[in-house]
Parts: sequence; structure tokens; C-alpha cells
Amino acid sequence: MPVPSTVRTKASAMRISVFIFCICLAGSVQATPYTPKDGSAVIEHLPRRADATQVELRALRAQLSSNPKDMALATSLAQRYIGLARSETDPRYLGYAQAALAPWWRQTAPPAPVRLLRATILQSTHQFDAALQDLDAVIAQEPANGQAWLTRATVLTVQGNYSKATADCARLSAFTAQLVTVTCIANVAGVTGRAAKSEQLLDLTLRRSTGAAPEMESWALTLLAEMATRRGETALAETRYRQALAQHPRDSYLLGAYSDFLLDQQRPLEVIKLLKDQQRIDALLLRYALALQAVPGQTAALATAIDELTARFNAAMQRGDTVHQREQARFTLLLQHDARGAVQLAQKNWAIQKEVPDMRILLEAALAARDYPAAAPVLEWIKVNNVEDVALQALVKKLGVQDGQKFGAAAKRGAL
Amino acid sequence: MKQFLLCLALFVWLDSAQAHKPSDSYLSIAVHGQQIAGQWDIALRDLDFAIGLDGNGDGELTWDEIRTRHAAIAAYALQRLQVASGQGVCPLQVTEQLIDDHTDGAYNVLRFHGLCPGAAPSSLSIGYTLFADLDPQHKGLLKLSSDGHTQTAIFDPDSPRQTLSLTAPSRLAQFGAYVKHGIWHIWIGYDHILFLLSLLLPAVLLPAARERQQGLKAAFFDVLKVVTAFTLAHSITLTLASLSVVSLPSRWVESAIAASVVLAALNNLLPLFRGRRPVAAFVFGLIHGFGFASVLLDLGLPQSSLVASLFGFNVGVEIGQLAIVAVFLPLAWLLRKTWFYRQLMTVGSLLIAMIAAIWLLERVADMKLISS
Repeated sequence: MPVPSTVRTKASAMRISVFIFCICLAGSVQATPYTPKDGSAVIEHLPRRADATQVELRALRAQLSSNPKDMALATSLAQRYIGLARSETDPRYLGYAQAALAPWWRQTAPPAPVRLLRATILQSTHQFDAALQDLDAVIAQEPANGQAWLTRATVLTVQGNYSKATADCARLSAFTAQLVTVTCIANVAGVTGRAAKSEQLLDLTLRRSTGAAPEMESWALTLLAEMATRRGETALAETRYRQALAQHPRDSYLLGAYSDFLLDQQRPLEVIKLLKDQQRIDALLLRYALALQAVPGQTAALATAIDELTARFNAAMQRGDTVHQREQARFTLLLQHDARGAVQLAQKNWAIQKEVPDMRILLEAALAARDYPAAAPVLEWIKVNNVEDVALQALVKKLGVQDGQKFGAAAKRGAL
Repeated sequence: MKQFLLCLALFVWLDSAQAHKPSDSYLSIAVHGQQIAGQWDIALRDLDFAIGLDGNGDGELTWDEIRTRHAAIAAYALQRLQVASGQGVCPLQVTEQLIDDHTDGAYNVLRFHGLCPGAAPSSLSIGYTLFADLDPQHKGLLKLSSDGHTQTAIFDPDSPRQTLSLTAPSRLAQFGAYVKHGIWHIWIGYDHILFLLSLLLPAVLLPAARERQQGLKAAFFDVLKVVTAFTLAHSITLTLASLSVVSLPSRWVESAIAASVVLAALNNLLPLFRGRRPVAAFVFGLIHGFGFASVLLDLGLPQSSLVASLFGFNVGVEIGQLAIVAVFLPLAWLLRKTWFYRQLMTVGSLLIAMIAAIWLLERVADMKLISS
């Protein structure tokens, strides 16, 4: 779709001024250690000691430290920390959870309850294969462990092992509510050519499941919204996103998914409003910055956000983390305008996880970099698995056209 | 059941949104002879979790509260960091404590020094166990510098002790590696080669009188002028861009390079530059320099040998260029009066212009795609 040239010039001019601004910032922001002038200056905010959660966790830790091999105590403390990591979106709590499991952590075959938690922590740092090993062992030992089946199904779905994931989901029905099973299956079916039917079934099941746990309801509702988005049913998706947000306004996955939806709908102002107070979370700061970029007159705010994201991704790379590669690829492509760098990141990410956003970022980056071979594995994946998604289909079409042109150009080059 | 769902919900989140940040400390150690100077940035939040800093427990950590715990912080941290040379342990001492900000909050900055026994160490063995018991996902990120050479290492419970050699890789080897990169880039950079060849094609076609007088010598000096102007120009911008003094968006640079090839080729069909081909080579050389710089930035320039690497890359580019000229000039001189050479001047230049025009379209169209 051609853009009127005046618009393009303006956008480019803005981009170059942002670019120059960033260079200046990068030079000046270099922090140096300092001595605070005022003794009562507040340097850092911490959880309050009297906070109920803190009191409870401190008591549990004290108990555990006097008896570190008490497995029931250790697993319940780890469980609490994993829950906190989730609700606060803060990975430090995962480290505390791991610490609670220290006596068993390095064992090849720890007891099942510990092993299940170890798998949960491992997959959080994208060590999917190690997590699967643990889950296989837990399932072999306790075939009626619903949580293990569900966790394994989810890891397999992320890895794109759809048939095994579906089989695991099916096993769930014996141990848990129907809504869990149906959501689990819909999560796979949505990207394997059975979207419409599984969406209907999930919708129906959710309506019938009154009194389901709020987390479960939120998962099902968010998935329904995503499924509607992928079919291009924007009005329906909007309703579902809003419904889910009304119940879980702090769910960071939901906030990210809805922001992406709004960005695709060219509604950046709503994203800015939605995420104004969510900037501690990298993935949400990224969406916030993308929204700022789409609105004129936000040059300074955008430069600050880009600067902050750059620092955070650098910090993650310094520690050798690869957990953020999907977000980093998007950042590199859309905010740093470095298509070649984005392709490399998106390829590394694709080797580890294979969800719809992973497909999308690799196709977008390959298209921008005119690196058509890079797109090939994803195009093949979409075709073989029959992945349904309007945004992906649009990219597939564009890449098909570009591919033809490329061969034309190559033929001419060969003629020399 | 509640427990069950808690874990389940965790997945939904983990697949995408990343949290604040896992715990890291930033440790820099500089070695000068036997002397060690260090700086260690540790998150206040982690220190509070380990030894308690927030005196009144109100959640607002003040400078006074931190200051009163300075001795405890220094003792706690230094017990968990050992530095030793081949001759024995290098005892460490904290000299001052400051505050700094990192992406995930305020950090306590410990500055320390140490003295290694015996002679200046040829390697350091470093043991790091900070927070290993409290948060096994914590990592210590070390930057070790000696003799202008910097290396990095990551410490965690799986690798709490590492020995790092202090002898820097030879400058010559590094220089050589960048010369190779430079040659390789010219070799695979068709746009640079076509630009240069387009400008050189007319060099052997001299007016009859001049050819009788000077012949090959005149052609040689013409080539020399064009190549020198091109080299001078791209060396300037390559240096400026590599040192981040000047920076341009790569898409603009790539498009301008394609445009320069179009113009250089068209010049052989309808003279645009006339006798000023060296000037054109200089002006467009400035743009090509930015193109070279983007390659060099992708490779990464080692800070310790910035100048040597930059110079090496430039030398490599020149060697590659001269190799092309060395093949081109004698061939062109021999063929200059043939039908083939006339075809090369006209049809060849037209083909080059067409190819470059396609590149230009591709590179500009790319911008359109991104902005839409």
C-alpha cells in the first residue's frame, strides 16, 4: 500500500531527529556513582516489612532455614514465590523459589512435587527441553498428576509440538474441570486449522462454567479474544478483551495482547493510556514505545522509552538471557529500524519458541530486510500446520509477491 | 485446586511478558601491576533481602539507613568475593561506598582495592558466591581490564570460580583479522565494485593527441586520481561513523550508494561529471564510507584496539580495491580500442545503471514499507 510521499518524508524526518536525539542521550545519560547529599533522601522503594505477604513469607523462610530438608515446607514456599513472580511480573521471585528447593535442585531424580516445580522454573527461563525431561518423569511416576499434564501440554504448544500437546490436553479431562481441558485444546487447535470450531466450543464451555477460578476464566477469555483477532473479527475481539480486562486489569499478558490488538487497529492513543503505569514490565514498555512512535509530537517521550528499552535489553544480553528475544526482535525492527539485526534475533527466537507472535516477527523482519530465505521456514510451518491468522496471511501474501520480484531481479543480475 | 490454577496462570504470563529483571551485580576489576582497583554495583533490593537495610521497615530506604549499614554491606559482600593470583590471595579492602542507578533500581556501589602478593599476576582466579544461597538465578557480571585489554565473565552457582588470563591477544593478530574483514567486504560488496569500475571505464579512453604523448602513463594517473579521491573520502566517513561521531540511518546510506552507482554508470553514456570524475569519486566516496562503517559496526570494534582495528579494516578495503584496479587497468588498456570495450562503455554501463536502479528501488521501497 503506497503512502503519500509527504507523509513519508515527515515520518522519515521525525525518525532522523529521534535518531539524533538518541545519540545525544546515549552520550549524556552515562550514569556515574554519586553520594546522596541528604541523609533522608529516599534512594529505593522496598516492600514494607509489615506487609502481610512479607510477614508470611518471612515466617516461612525462617521455618525453612531451621529445617531446610522439610519438603512440604520447601515446596509450599517455592509455590508462594512462583505465585508472587506471576502476580508481580518479577523474575527475582523465581530465584527465591529455586533457593527454597536447593537441597533437591541438583538431583537427577528429585521427588515428584519438587520436580514439577523445578520444571515450572526451568521453563520460565526457556529451558524447555530440561523442563520436559522433568515433566516426563513426573508423569511416568504420577500418571494422575493433572498439573504435570497441563504444564507439559503448554510447553509442547510453545515448542510447536501440536499433536503431542493435544494428546496431553485430552488426558486432562480425567482430572480437572472441563474448562481447563477445552482451553488447553483450543490453545493448540487455534493454530492448527481448527480455529472456528474450537473457538465455538470454548465460548460455550466458558458460558457454562459459572464459578470457575478467576485465573482460569481470564485465560479462557483472553484466548477467545485472541482467536477472534486471528479470524479478523475485531468487534468480537474488542468485546472479549474488555470483558477480560474488567476482571483482570493487571494481567500483563492480557495487557500486552490487547495493546497489540489496538496497535494493529491504529489506536495508539488508547495503548498509551492503558500502559502509562506499566513501564516496569519490558514487554509492556515496548508496546508503549510503539504507540508513542505512532503518535505525532511524542519525540521526547519516545526517545526516553527507546533509551530505557535499549538499556534493559543490553542488561539482559550481558547476563546471557535469551528470554526476551521475541520482544527484542520487535524492538530492533520497529524502533531501531535495523531489519538485518531483527532477522537474526527473530531466527534465534524461532529456534526456541513457535507461537503466532514468533512467526509474525520473523516474517516482518525478513520482509523488511528483503531476506526471503529467512522467511522460508515460517512460511512452510504456516502451510504445513494450516495456521490461521489474518495478520500472518497478509504477510505471507506480501512475501509471495516479493519473492517473485526477487527472482526477476536475480535473473537480471545474472544476465550481466 | 487453587495451587493447580496458580501454576497454570503462570504459563500464560511467562510465554510473553518479561518482568522487571532477574538479579545481577556488576563487578569491574582493573589490574595495574600488583595493584587491583575494583567497583562492585549490587542492587540495594538484594542487599536488603540478604541482610536487611530498611531500618524502620517503612519500605522507603533512605541514605541514612544505607549509611549505617555500610560496614555490614562491605563485610557481607567481600566474604563472597575472592581474588587470587598464582602467588596467593589478593586481599581486598573497601575504599568508599556510593549509589548508582541501573535499569531495575538503585544499587550500592562498593569501590575497593587490593594488592596481589609477589609479582604482577599473569592470571587471576576469581571466586564469586554472592547471593548463591538466596537467589541461585543471581549472576555476577565481571569486566576485567588489564593493559588496555578488557574481558568479561559471568559468575553463577554453576560457575562460581573462574581463572582469567591477563595476557592480551596480540595486536598484530587483531589488526590482521580486520584487514581480512576489509578485503572480504569489498569482494562481496558489488555496489562498491560497480561504482568504482563505472568511474574507471573511461580512464583508458584518451584524446588521440594525449595518448600519443603519454599513453598508459596518463591512463594510470587518471585511475590513480579517481581511486585516491574515493579512498580519501570513504576513509574519512568510515572513521567518523565508526567512532560514532556522525551517524546516518542505514537505509538512506544504502539507497544513496545505489544512486551513486546509477549516476557513475550513466556518466559513461552522457557525460555528467566530464573531467571531474575524481571530484565525483570523492563526493560519493563519502557516502560509501558510511556503508563500510555499518559493516564494521556489525562486526563490533574492540575498544582496546579501536584504532588498530579501524586502520586494519581500512587497509583491507584498500587492498581489495587495488586488487580490482590491478586487474582492471591492464585489461582495459589492451582492449580499449576494440569493439568489445565500446560495448562495455555503452551497453555495460547501461546494464550497471539498470541493476543499480533496481537496488535503489528495492532500498527505497523498503522505507515505504516500513513507514506504511
